[in-house]
Amino acid sequence: MHKLLRQILKTGILPRHPCGQHGPRCDAEASKPTLAAELGRALAVRHVDSGSCNGCELEIQALGNAVYNLAAIGVRLVASPRHADILLVTGPVTRAMVDPLRAAHEAVPDPKRVVALGDCARGCGVYTPNYTTVGAVNRVVPVDLAIPGCPPSPETILEAFATLTRP
Amino acid sequence: MSWMRLSSPLPIHHAWVDSALWRALAVQWHCEDGQLIALWGSDERPAGLGFVVHAVIICADKWHWISLRAGIDNPRFPALSDLFPAAARQERALFDLLGIACDAGDTRSWLRHDAWGPADFPLRRDFTEGPPTTSADQPYPFISVRGNGVHEIAVGPIHAGTIEPGHFRFSVVGDEILRLEERLGYTHKGVAKRLEGMPLRDGGRLAGRICADSTAAYAGAYAMAVEMVCACAVPPRALWLRALLWERERIANHLGDLGALCQDGGLAFGHTQFGLLKERWIQTHGRLFGHRYLMDMIVPGGVARDLDATAIALLDSECTTLVAATRHLQYIVDDHAGLQERFLGTGRLAEAQARALGAVGLAARASGVSCDLRVSAPTPPYDILNTQISLHHGGDVAARVAVRFEEIYESARLIRTLLAALPTGPVRADCGRPEGSLGLGAVEGWRGLILVAVTRAPDTDSHHVHIHDPSWQNWPLLEHAVLGDLVPDFPLINKSFNLAYSGHDQ
Repeated sequence: MHKLLRQILKTGILPRHPCGQHGPRCDAEASKPTLAAELGRALAVRHVDSGSCNGCELEIQALGNAVYNLAAIGVRLVASPRHADILLVTGPVTRAMVDPLRAAHEAVPDPKRVVALGDCARGCGVYTPNYTTVGAVNRVVPVDLAIPGCPPSPETILEAFATLTRP
Repeated sequence: MSWMRLSSPLPIHHAWVDSALWRALAVQWHCEDGQLIALWGSDERPAGLGFVVHAVIICADKWHWISLRAGIDNPRFPALSDLFPAAARQERALFDLLGIACDAGDTRSWLRHDAWGPADFPLRRDFTEGPPTTSADQPYPFISVRGNGVHEIAVGPIHAGTIEPGHFRFSVVGDEILRLEERLGYTHKGVAKRLEGMPLRDGGRLAGRICADSTAAYAGAYAMAVEMVCACAVPPRALWLRALLWERERIANHLGDLGALCQDGGLAFGHTQFGLLKERWIQTHGRLFGHRYLMDMIVPGGVARDLDATAIALLDSECTTLVAATRHLQYIVDDHAGLQERFLGTGRLAEAQARALGAVGLAARASGVSCDLRVSAPTPPYDILNTQISLHHGGDVAARVAVRFEEIYESARLIRTLLAALPTGPVRADCGRPEGSLGLGAVEGWRGLILVAVTRAPDTDSHHVHIHDPSWQNWPLLEHAVLGDLVPDFPLINKSFNLAYSGHDQ
């Protein structure tokens, strides 16, 4: 136990990541950027993988590590769409995920926003529409913010979330 | 029948067989404890061969690739799943994609999900591609368990965490799992069809985006297969850098999973610490290789970037730092009674089961099955690295944790060895035009063996690429490992395997 505590003390608290505070805006495409007036500065996010290669998921998971510390800008990943303000969708929407995605979208209470994360979800990744892939997320549910990248870096995602919470 | 030795660094032979021989060889290799690696089909009508079914089976460290002409109008082949259970889902997928039937018992569709019609077969060359159908997905006939107090728990396709989509159907009594049935295919994106439509040399970008956590291994196996078809000699320095990338990828994933296992086991401290180690590790990827997950680094012909002396020194010292930090954390994890109580005996997969099911990769090694491509069929530079297999016999979560720790140390040693003796010279050769008709690449990824097979009709310049993920073998292991365990332990057991959804569904 003493080794565990010593390791915690040695690691310390990492410096707050600049993103989400006053950094330059990323080139995320936002149509209705500001949620702060409606929802305050804390956001609950439900992630839906609609057929991604798992790259975007790795970066969403990385957001939770001590370096990016997503919770510090008031964003929390939640287990149910019913607890969420934001649906965070990755992947090129495979046929099998169309219905689950719609169901998750309906389950998010209003007011809600949809964020399409990564090039596939924006409709410009390697997975173009084909016999089993519908393409961009906005073909299935309306999208409010699209974050570019393959996958988008954690800094880009943090900055995009910051645009949503910025008053 | 005549065996043809393929000009590959792997010890592989190819032969055309008929139905009787297909079955007879499979029975023989089954009796000799062979292992089925992949079973797939291709539409070779452009080459005048009709529909063809292929299998790669390893027996006594010899690789056999057998191809069977299945006919044209009503293609069929003898099933292998009664001998090799790992073939069962591949046979179902083969019918979904190509309409080649076999006499196996389970005829439920596996990948189709009603995205295309039951009489349409997307991998046939005359398949007219349109948008997916929009009819509702038909209910899937799960096998139900009856009895006093038995009930079902349906999980997915959307899971509670940040993970890929798939469905798990548990039959339970109270908290105890009586049966688990997996339903996958939600992330099928038609990769094989996409690869058919692009030149072989351009497919690497897509191959590296089938399963992001194994992008280096996928791109590497794809490049090997294409290089074989193009008779391209890869410069030694590029081969060494590829091995370096594969080992770095292995370490990154083991660090991430150890963190997640600590989290699921109730030790948030471990999640934070391992998460930090992984983040620093992949930040180095970003700086030196241009991508945090190493995408687009390995290309047919070599690698996209070289390392200078400063980078080599940095990578070397990073290994030393990482091993010291990981050993320190392992001491804490091993010493933590609460965590060990969750790990020990949970999700046990016995060695006999692992062998019968054809387990591969780290899951096999944690159940006492010694299989590692880097040792059994080492391609350069592994032929001189003397890789040590991490073998444990417990078969439980604790054993899979132990294998991951040991593989981090061994991979760090390999990286330092590679860096110390990196050959000089170019890192990329021109791949040239495709000439041959068969290509095969295989890499021991962090989950297990990833295989890429290319079949090509030289006269018409059409090709088919099959990419096999080790999760095909290992997903069924999970169904067995959870039996008798508690539902709340499922996330922990699942994470200890951490199998691919997108890699499997493609």
